[in-house]
Amino acid sequence: MSELRGVIVSHAAVAQALVTAVTAITGIEGVLTPISNEGCGTEALGERLRQAVGAGPAVLFVDLPGGSCFTSSARYAKQGGAEIAVVTGVNLAMLLDFVFNRDITPAEAARRAVDAGGKAIRVTSS
Amino acid sequence: MSLALYRIDDRLIHGQVVVGWGQPLDVSFIVLVDDEVSSSDWEQDLYRMGVPPQIEVIFASVEQAAAQLPTWEADARVGILLVGDIDTAVALAGCAPQVKRFNVGGVHHRTGRTERLRFVYLTDDEAAKLRQLAANGVDVTAQDVPTARAVPVGEFT
Repeated sequence: MSELRGVIVSHAAVAQALVTAVTAITGIEGVLTPISNEGCGTEALGERLRQAVGAGPAVLFVDLPGGSCFTSSARYAKQGGAEIAVVTGVNLAMLLDFVFNRDITPAEAARRAVDAGGKAIRVTSS
Repeated sequence: MSLALYRIDDRLIHGQVVVGWGQPLDVSFIVLVDDEVSSSDWEQDLYRMGVPPQIEVIFASVEQAAAQLPTWEADARVGILLVGDIDTAVALAGCAPQVKRFNVGGVHHRTGRTERLRFVYLTDDEAAKLRQLAANGVDVTAQDVPTARAVPVGEFT
């Protein structure tokens, strides 16, 4: 199996900031690629995705479950040819889990991400 | 209240539309006018996912939109009408006299286009089409978010 990569697709600089945070915490580099939709139409964002994903396999971590980042990612996953899964609601917890658990399929990694990311969302009462 | 915004945006339904404009306008429905999307269930599902359940999303071809515009304009709720490119805006305005304004909200870089505003890139042909639209009585301005200034067509074409 080819090495699984992660591509974070976000508005503004959220993706780059998440990559920086993952590297700061784990020291792992080169596994996650950030993409911003800044200044992009659908076509340009699709091209950024193509360059970032390459031959795949990959998981696309998208910030919101709708909007241009999501629609472009979902469209790319359907048409791009590589083995790709799309997860929305990206957070730091799911990315930290992902970089240490990449010897699985994109679909399995996506399910792991939903689990790890969801568990990190809590209410802490004083 | 009818359609509060007629918008040209190549990203169609996205955050700026749903949240940036949708929240202050208290939008209850979005009309997406696009011949390709209106014939693709999969694309429609994709765009619906970006919209809260309380907002209705209507998909229409240009022809269907021209026929339905009087109904949407008479709707008691607030709506937004979206097209993805200038040709679609021109086509709709050409067959629907109810179209009195268009907001250019996002036309991004592509080969042959030059930057007119940070969020508007146009070919000379597209710029001429917008000027013609204005000459035909449609109020054409560029404005990405409600808090920005509405830039008159003469300043960016």
